[in-house]
Amino acid sequence: MFRFLLRRIAGAALILLIISAVTFFLFYAVPRDPARAFCGKICPPANLALIRHNLGMDDPLFVQYWHWLVGIFAGRDLVQFGACPAPCLGYSFATQETVFSAILDRLPVTVSVTLGAAVVILTFGIGTGMLAAWQQGRPVDKVASASSVIGASLQIYFVGPILVFFIVDSMGLLPRPAYRAFTENPLDWFVHLLIPWVVLAMIFTANYTRMTRSTMVEQLAEDYVRTARAKGMSGPTVFLRFAWRGAMIPIVTIFGVDLATLLGGAIITEQTFTLHGIGELAVRAVQNTDLPMLLGVTLIGAFAIVMLNIVVDVLYAVIDPRVRLA
Amino acid sequence: MTLPSQAMPEAGTAPAAAGGTGGGVSGPAMAGRSPAQLMWRRFRRDRTGVASAIVVAFFFLVAILAPVISALYGKDPYTTYGQSVPGLLNEYGYPIAPNGGMSGEFWFGLEPGLGRDVFMQLVYGIRTSLSIAVVVAVITTIIGVVMGIWSGYAGGKTDYVIGRVIDVLLAFPSQLFLIVMLPVVEAAFVSPEEETPFWLRYVSICVVLTVLGWATMSRILRAQVLSLREREFIEAARVTGASPARIIFKELLPNLWTPIIIQSTLALPLYVGAEAGLGFLGVGMTEPTPDWGRMFLVGSNVYHQDITYLVFPGVSMVIFVVAFNLLGDSLRDAFDPKTRR
Repeated sequence: MFRFLLRRIAGAALILLIISAVTFFLFYAVPRDPARAFCGKICPPANLALIRHNLGMDDPLFVQYWHWLVGIFAGRDLVQFGACPAPCLGYSFATQETVFSAILDRLPVTVSVTLGAAVVILTFGIGTGMLAAWQQGRPVDKVASASSVIGASLQIYFVGPILVFFIVDSMGLLPRPAYRAFTENPLDWFVHLLIPWVVLAMIFTANYTRMTRSTMVEQLAEDYVRTARAKGMSGPTVFLRFAWRGAMIPIVTIFGVDLATLLGGAIITEQTFTLHGIGELAVRAVQNTDLPMLLGVTLIGAFAIVMLNIVVDVLYAVIDPRVRLA
Repeated sequence: MTLPSQAMPEAGTAPAAAGGTGGGVSGPAMAGRSPAQLMWRRFRRDRTGVASAIVVAFFFLVAILAPVISALYGKDPYTTYGQSVPGLLNEYGYPIAPNGGMSGEFWFGLEPGLGRDVFMQLVYGIRTSLSIAVVVAVITTIIGVVMGIWSGYAGGKTDYVIGRVIDVLLAFPSQLFLIVMLPVVEAAFVSPEEETPFWLRYVSICVVLTVLGWATMSRILRAQVLSLREREFIEAARVTGASPARIIFKELLPNLWTPIIIQSTLALPLYVGAEAGLGFLGVGMTEPTPDWGRMFLVGSNVYHQDITYLVFPGVSMVIFVVAFNLLGDSLRDAFDPKTRR
């Protein structure tokens, strides 16, 4: 287990290193003049020269990358903006704050939306999937699979506004989606994020329903289930105590992928509901051609995805004791 | 050499295979049928599949015939009717007539603000989005097939390198990477002072979607090739001295059509969604080119006052994606009746 973790983390570090290098060189090498790109649409020559100097662009690209990389672990001194403490991803050119603190500020929003949605999705997805497997071929099953096809085809930016229009604007049942700090008022936090969660759930639940149903059906045909039945164990007990364990393996796999998609998809979710999270930060950074911010957000996003993959692999072993991590 | 997918047209094999789907073929003479014919028969019997194929075909027809529709309808997607004709938009720029200004004149109403015709915007928007999605689907399929077969067949170092490239690509937060890469790709061609020309934005969207898109297809095909490579018919071909090119094109490829077609059918609606997502985020096709996705951006700005505008692009996209997904499922059933969902 320990060796497995060590190896996976080393692999993850390597992938992150490659991603950071690829993004860095794409951003800095491809545009004809990086300083010009940093400067934005309207750029006085004085600014341009200053930026060029402060970016250390007199150095070769490799040296620049090395400085940037070292800065993440050791911090660095950026002449124009002052010191940048340890996890230094540079300073945003648009807002003059450190990229890391900007991301940290917005992290709670994105995490609240993603994790909240994940809870709803898992509960409903696995719940309806189990129900459909239990009621195989009956109306419940058919409704579940039909709605899963439609759900998977919905777009956040279509269903989101529609729900907000009817629930908030017309009926006034819920407040307009926004982020309220969980630590201050959990109820407020909950009510304001309910619509985004429901919309995400409508779209992503389908996958879990389908997956849970099919693996449950498979598991119920397994020998150990028959043995349990033959011993005289009641149907529900077999179902709830044994069969679900095997069904969880593929669920965990797609959940790892989906959580990453949700995090990445935070861009569209946050834009739809005007929540000020990391996704919105990325969109603003693109609009301002704020390259340090873009680099930082991409790296953090990739970091989250790679870490999630490791967690998923460990979870395999926790759920199914037959899986050996080595 | 007989390939598994090209069963000899002997009498007897065909009805046996068709019988596997459940519906026995009742005919006096047992005629031989090619796998394609069998597939077509299975598909034709699948009512959902046929219906969704018709819906999908309808969307493609709309996209292809957009200029014809425009001529028949008598309007174009660029004229700002609401601004030139008084009495259509109110002082805030919203349609005066109920339901977003829907009328016999403007079937789907008027766009708030600019006052363009929504029906024409949608028709031409579908044309733009579908053309991008098709281009990307074709290119990613070709790259994915080449890379997948190459890494699966060559194995060793090639396989390792391609595999790690795919690992990295799949670890990128794709949506983020899409919007991040667009300005970078464009900056490679135009300096920031110049206005981005229409075709360049079109090309960069295709490039970015392609870069991120081919990995899945490649990974699936690699796995298929890995298992096929060890089969007897490949070994037989190799023993008889067939060249690698022959083995790849004549022996491997015919066995890969099923996953290729299924995977690309499933990918196309994803590209439509991704392109629309870019439009929605304001980094897709720029004005005045009509774009399906950008209609959602306009819609999300005005929906508190005018929800009707959002309904048309939204509902049409849901119908399109549902139909396409159902079509993909039906194709899978028709190609491979053994794998029941």
